[in-house]
Amino acid sequence: MTYVSNFIIPAVFFLVVGYGLIGRVKIYESFLKGAAEGLKVVLDIVPTLIGLIVGVGVLRASGFFDLLENFLAPVAKICGFPAQILSLLAVKMFSSSAATGLVLDIFSAYGPDSYPGMIASIMMSCTETVFYTMSVYFLAAKVTKTRFTMAGALLATFAGAVASIFLAAGMG
Amino acid sequence: MLNYIWGFMILIGVLCGVATGNMEAVTNAAIDSAGEAISLCITMVGVVALWMGMMQIAQEAGLVDRLTRGISPFLHFLFPRIPRDHPAFGYIATNVIANILGLGWACTPAGLKAMEELANLERERGNPQYLQEGKERVASREMCIFLILNISSLELIPVNMIAYRSQYGSANPARVVAPAIAATLISTITAVLFCKWKDRGMRGRDANK
Repeated sequence: MTYVSNFIIPAVFFLVVGYGLIGRVKIYESFLKGAAEGLKVVLDIVPTLIGLIVGVGVLRASGFFDLLENFLAPVAKICGFPAQILSLLAVKMFSSSAATGLVLDIFSAYGPDSYPGMIASIMMSCTETVFYTMSVYFLAAKVTKTRFTMAGALLATFAGAVASIFLAAGMG
Repeated sequence: MLNYIWGFMILIGVLCGVATGNMEAVTNAAIDSAGEAISLCITMVGVVALWMGMMQIAQEAGLVDRLTRGISPFLHFLFPRIPRDHPAFGYIATNVIANILGLGWACTPAGLKAMEELANLERERGNPQYLQEGKERVASREMCIFLILNISSLELIPVNMIAYRSQYGSANPARVVAPAIAATLISTITAVLFCKWKDRGMRGRDANK
């Protein structure tokens, strides 16, 4: 598996450059053109990243997620899994790296093959950082009113989360 | 919407900090995170420039067109009103394919370009919000659908998760693959159904514009 994933990026490079050479593209010049545009793209999203990462950092340090966990514990108890699963879902909507930290906590507490460990593994694989993606992408189009995006994104995330819980239970 | 979410993060963060007595941690987190954001950007500048360079070659060589043709039935189903030869299609296709393959760093540049092209498409359609700079812009249907599709997660093989699982002593790290594909399909199908439903509801209204 790791062999395949180590292979895939160099293979994409090889394919793109090879295809370009065969197609008589001035590959290096077009690479430079694209790369220059890439610099501009990132510069445009720097302010968004600062705003979001500070927001997530403040929220994490404030102990909000611990409070949320305590608050959700009774609900989670009824459903039969630890409250960390619910806060994992909430954290994943803001930050992928913070969510990874939580997953690793769950792995060390219960083991990756346990029921909570499997839920966490599946849930991380089928959800995205909703708010991060929305703010970065909409900024690129300079859009402020996002219409039905939030509803659809939350619905998809919720569907994935529910599916993770049932799939993990089904695997025993 | 994002104004409220960001405001919520900061206000709740500070209030919780007061309530739990973590004010020092909150202060440090704010300052450290700002620095962390810049180091992330520095990494990102390099990688995004690299991928955008590759994407430019792929585009000039006609590779993007070929990929687009490959998944165009699916894209036309989701975005019936983008003209067939519009550049937005190529970027959306690149983003979707990079997502499916799990090339996280390659998705973002293609996605951002797709959003820019979707804004251009609105300009071509004569949408007054997009003709002038600095006006408050409402997302187009295509933008909403594209983002929902992205957020529904398209990644087939959760490579990072497999690595973490094996690091933490899983007996079978790749056991997550089959249920992850199933869960990803469920979230994506939900997203597609929602988008089609929303799109149908809006067709009449937009035709009257």
